[in-house]
Amino acid sequence: MSIEWHNVCGTDDLVINSGVCALLNGQQIAIFKVGTAPDAGIYAVDNFDPQGKAQVIYRGIIGSIGDKTVVASPLYKQHFDLASGECIESPDQKLQVWPVRVQGNSVQIGTGAN
Amino acid sequence: MTSSNTPSQIVVVGNGMVGHHFVEQLHQALPSAKIIVLSGEPRLAYDRVHLSEYFSGKSAEELAMTTPELYDSWGVEHHCNAYVDNIDKAAKVVTTKSGETYSYDKLVLATGSYPFVPPIPGHDQEHCLVYRTIEDLEGIEASAKESKVGVVVGGGLLGLEAANALKEAGLETHVVEFAPQLMAVQLDEGGGRLLKNKIEDLGVKVHTSKATSEIVAGENCRFRMNFQGDDYLETDMILFSAGIRPSDQLARSFDLEIGERGGIVIDNQCKTSDPDIYAIGECALWQNRIFGLVAPGYTMARAAVSHLIGGDTEFEGADMSTKLKLLGVEVGSIGDSHAKTPGAQSYTYENQPQGIYKKIVVDEQSNTLLGAVLVGDSSEFDTLLQYSLNSIALPEFPETLILPSTEGAAPTLGADALPDSASICSCHNVTKGDIIATIDAGTTDFAGIKSCTKASTGCGGCTALLKNVVDAELEKRGVEVKKDICEHFAYSRQELFHLIKVNKIKTFDDLLAQYGKGLGCDICKPAVGSILASTWNDYILEKDHVSLQDTNDTYLGNMQKDGTYSIVPRMAGGEVKPEGLILIGEIARDYKLYTKVTGGQRIDLFGAKVNQLPEIWEKLIAGGFETGHAYAKALRTVKSCVGSTWCRYGVQDSVGAAIEVENRYKGLRAPHKMKMAVSGCTRECAEAQSKDVGIIATENGWNLYVCGNGGMKPRHADLFATDLDKETLIKYIDRFWMFYIRTADRLQRTATWMDNLEGGLDYLKDVIINDSLGIAEELEAQMQHVVDTYQCEWKTAVEDEKSRKRFRRFVNSELDDNSVVFVEERGQIRPATEAEKLSDINIIDATETSEA
Ligand code: SRM
Ligand SMILES: Cc1cc2nc3c(=O)[nH]c(=O)nc-3n(C[C@H](O)[C@H](O)[C@H](O)COP(=O)(O)OP(=O)(O)OC[C@H]3O[C@@H](n4cnc5c(N)ncnc54)[C@H](O)[C@@H]3O)c2cc1C
Ligand code: SF4
Ligand code: FES
Repeated sequence: MSIEWHNVCGTDDLVINSGVCALLNGQQIAIFKVGTAPDAGIYAVDNFDPQGKAQVIYRGIIGSIGDKTVVASPLYKQHFDLASGECIESPDQKLQVWPVRVQGNSVQIGTGAN
Repeated sequence: MTSSNTPSQIVVVGNGMVGHHFVEQLHQALPSAKIIVLSGEPRLAYDRVHLSEYFSGKSAEELAMTTPELYDSWGVEHHCNAYVDNIDKAAKVVTTKSGETYSYDKLVLATGSYPFVPPIPGHDQEHCLVYRTIEDLEGIEASAKESKVGVVVGGGLLGLEAANALKEAGLETHVVEFAPQLMAVQLDEGGGRLLKNKIEDLGVKVHTSKATSEIVAGENCRFRMNFQGDDYLETDMILFSAGIRPSDQLARSFDLEIGERGGIVIDNQCKTSDPDIYAIGECALWQNRIFGLVAPGYTMARAAVSHLIGGDTEFEGADMSTKLKLLGVEVGSIGDSHAKTPGAQSYTYENQPQGIYKKIVVDEQSNTLLGAVLVGDSSEFDTLLQYSLNSIALPEFPETLILPSTEGAAPTLGADALPDSASICSCHNVTKGDIIATIDAGTTDFAGIKSCTKASTGCGGCTALLKNVVDAELEKRGVEVKKDICEHFAYSRQELFHLIKVNKIKTFDDLLAQYGKGLGCDICKPAVGSILASTWNDYILEKDHVSLQDTNDTYLGNMQKDGTYSIVPRMAGGEVKPEGLILIGEIARDYKLYTKVTGGQRIDLFGAKVNQLPEIWEKLIAGGFETGHAYAKALRTVKSCVGSTWCRYGVQDSVGAAIEVENRYKGLRAPHKMKMAVSGCTRECAEAQSKDVGIIATENGWNLYVCGNGGMKPRHADLFATDLDKETLIKYIDRFWMFYIRTADRLQRTATWMDNLEGGLDYLKDVIINDSLGIAEELEAQMQHVVDTYQCEWKTAVEDEKSRKRFRRFVNSELDDNSVVFVEERGQIRPATEAEKLSDINIIDATETSEA
């Protein structure tokens, strides 16, 4: 199935080592930029915290556990692997991971890719 | 252990601390033992040593050492209100007052002792009380409520503890002592004199060399105590604490050998003159001595258990050294404190201005330490005790052991200097050798060693020493005592603090590049953010710092369960103008925020969405408010009481002082939140003694208290310094906060921090008051820098377009966040539950409010 890409914001809307939230078709998506390289480490996951049951993930702290890049939920601090969406503390909880890329100065989220 | 010839039924009379210890030890050694416990009190064993804590709020349940359920689970039969008044030695049966009979194979008397009340005419009336059981304390509490003045008869250890209780209860308190000095058993004359001065400074009046001849009706108070001579004292209640007498009635009536002055005679196995009857604890007399402390009683219990199961542990006497704090004054007494040993010589150090008295007694050749007296400062107690117990050779100049530390002073005795036989915990009879064995058997953490050996779980007095021994032994074995903050930095918070300061590191990335690995995490990032803030005090939302902060710090508000934030404007000292209240009311109304007065004397507005925060704060700031840092590991509030300005009892302006300190320390970042309070007099309406830093006004200035907190593990603050003028007060607090900020671990509040500081309160006093580390000036300067560079983060945030941008809810849309849903309750909003969200009844539209 082909991916449909949507411009959600400019690269300079992203905050290094931190998150922002985009609204796409009523869906809240947390976008993180990890590291300083222009296209290095951009991740997009669901903004909904399945444990805290609130739309807050983009306000979490970025970090690493071993070689995984993670975000800690700001409510109860459980960690999600940004690459797979998997919760480190309880693997049955998972954030949906969205395809994301940079085109020129635009950050794009992909839909229709499952 | 052989159990073949062990007795089948053991009856224990008395369930005090020692009786209980016996049951516990016997059950452990021989789980099949059939034990019957007969307690003369309405409850099972409780911690009599910490009985006085009943007055500071400990309940009977918290003092309990066992429960009926626990005894049941051990198969121990137990009866309360079962006072034994008959023993039939031939038939081996005991009978209780109520007529119940129990037969025994072996009988254990653990009946303890009772308070001695001198037969003064008039001693036997209401409001003449004693201090021994929980019921006694209930009686004292009730009597204190109807009294203004209280007298304790007896200036010994327990008498002074009782005096403290009366003083805490708010009574004008007197101590009447027959002897010419206080604590005549433990202290020499010099120590007694100094103790008296210190106690009188605290407002307790001490009358020595006074013999009461009668108690009659008083003129101004309930009673008048007439003394020999024609002196008298009026009081509303009298507490007798004139010594204890062994509860040996059973032995007297049923023909067991007793001592000339009472006490049930026992041998090294704790057997009485009847081979089937043992006596242990305070009722027992061993080599003509009664041991009025719990540790020797425990040793007796273990000896009796050992004999019962065929072991060979014996009771061989006990060390009666004591270290305690009476009315906040440290007192220590070791061995031959009166220098009674022939040829003994002593060295004395007295510092009257600071109220410190120290004496050591050494043998004729100055080889070994025989005894010591410490009043006002007992920090050398552990070291001196080890010298005396283990006959460790004294340094060439023994006086260096008690002189204030200067160049060349004898160092405190390291754990290595102790022989393996050295007793580390006397409550549970744990030696250094036992600790080494536990470590060798594989337990290598402090908590584990504590629970294996039970060391430091009794009176707790040995904790510091135990920690020294454990750390030293672990180090010897190459076990690293790990304090790493997280996987990204192999350093403790304190070490990171030094790295940052010494190398002038200004950003997390630099620190990570030089000293860490990985990307960091939600543990090290906020910790480093906090260190950077308290060291350099940059704006917290500076680009380099933003990603370090917890969401609460980033969005300058506490995130609530539904992702909205709370708004807490500062209200220094709890003081607020009507205009301020009106503004807050208007904002709350316009934005439909839930409004509540907090436990910290200010107002909290809940339910603000992230995009509303800058707007709301803009309005608050325009109205003169500043951020209250409710979200930060920083100074929260300084509670105040109304003080001398309005209150008829106030002796200083507590509101003024609270506002002054709150404004001084606002914004200061720390390892954990910090709370303060200022009360205008000893009635303490601001609850300053439950704060990290508490200030209480006195006639002459301010008393400073430190390291208290409420919360999960409440702890009363310790009195740190008295009658300070304002300038000294601020100076000490500056130093205290900065020293805490520099040396505490992450998320360690001041109380745990101090408990973990080697040397505890004394050490802290030394650093802050005596500047023993020579860093006082530096601490003050660093604080002044923070004070001078303060900025209201919210003001900076709303004025700066870039940081305002961060509060956009969506990067790509102006739409509101429809996941936040409220319902109405008691006329205000609250977050909807999951079920309510699904049923969408009574939902308040949260999206229309930002137009206000
Ligand atoms: C709002 C308030 C309750 C109230 O409605 O009265 C409150 C609310 C919270 N308290 Fe508290 N505490 C509040 C007074 C207290 C008090 C009473 C006091 O300060 O006199 C205490 C006990 C005293 C103390 O701290 O020693 C208190 C002991 C705690 C603790 C336990 C701390 C401890 O050392 O054990 C926590 C947890 C923590 O900090 O780790 C906590 C944490 C919290 C948090 C931050 C929990 C959280 O992460 O969401 C709550 C934030 C609510 C918010 O958004 O503001 N709160 N909290 C009070 C705000 C006071 C203020 O004006 O700033
Ligand atoms: C306020 C206070 C503070 C203290 N502080 C310290 C301290 O800091 N350090 C320290 O080492 N020690 C301290 N002590 C002393 C310590 O509490 C005692 O040494 C210890 O409790 C003795 O234990 P025990 O079991 O021998 O006696 P107790 O604890 O007195 O227990 C004896 C029990 O036997 C019961 N009993 C008596 N006769 C009978 C009978 N015929 N039938 C049934 N039951 C009977 C009594 O009711 C009582 O419950 C303190 C004591 C008090 C009161
Ligand atoms: S006591 Fe618990 S529920 Fe209440 S405010 Fe404090 S943290 Fe929240
Ligand atoms: S000496 Fe009392 S607990 Fe160790």
